[in-house]
Amino acid sequence: MAESIPPVSVTSQKDIRIIEFTNNKILDEGNIAEIGATLMPLIDEVAQPKLLLDFANVDHLSSAALGMLINVNNKIKQKNGQLRLTNIKPQIFEVFVITKLNNLFRIMPTRSDALTSFAQ
Amino acid sequence: MYMQRGGSKGRGRNERSGGDDSNGNGSALFEFTIASDYRASQEVQDKIMYDVNRRGFNSQTVFAIKLALEEAMMNAIKHGNGRDAKKKVYIEAKVNSRQAEIVVEDEGPGFSRRSVPDPTLPENLEKCSGRGIHLIEAYVNEVEWSRGGRRLRMIIRDDPDVLPRG
Repeated sequence: MAESIPPVSVTSQKDIRIIEFTNNKILDEGNIAEIGATLMPLIDEVAQPKLLLDFANVDHLSSAALGMLINVNNKIKQKNGQLRLTNIKPQIFEVFVITKLNNLFRIMPTRSDALTSFAQ
Repeated sequence: MYMQRGGSKGRGRNERSGGDDSNGNGSALFEFTIASDYRASQEVQDKIMYDVNRRGFNSQTVFAIKLALEEAMMNAIKHGNGRDAKKKVYIEAKVNSRQAEIVVEDEGPGFSRRSVPDPTLPENLEKCSGRGIHLIEAYVNEVEWSRGGRRLRMIIRDDPDVLPRG
């Protein structure tokens, strides 16, 4: 069986971790669990984590994926960290609006908007 | 009564099912019975979506069908059957040039729709679950629960101006 590509790629800019989803779908539980397992250490490793999630490649996401994002948000909040979401396509943004999660997450139009929105 | 010209019928998840005439105007009927297993669910979804993608539906309609199918099957496996591999999920999909009608039935204890709290209320916004049903109801034109909540029937029409309902 071919080795699968990790579901996220992680880069850094100063103290901000930039996480890009590599698949066009964030649906299945295995995939979601793997993403969660990648993100949790990034939250644990510093006192006040700053995470930026880039959705540029994402065309589909499930309610299970939303649950994982909320869990990440809660963990970051507990540590007084900051979370930003960016590059969300219109169809996906609609899912956030319907679930009113656009009120919970800070969603920025572009990656540079998101990067400059982090408080020092 | 559901089959129009060119319709075909498949049973069992290993059997290639569905089929229509070459211009995609015929009806396709799919029936599957699978174990409560995510991989099997994905195979069923891929087969149904392969037909849906050939129909020339608006992209919003295709998005709605995929979302509703994913959420309904996940609910059946996780919440209905409690991931019990011995319990089955039954899926039926009728697709034609105007709409998709999807039935998903599990073998769980059933549930009352009214018992599921509104995930958009401020006090529920930070809870990690409870959004699947809410999304289904926003993205489909018709939704009907029966058999004590074990059976869900959904219709998604190719009418992009109507959905989703926020």
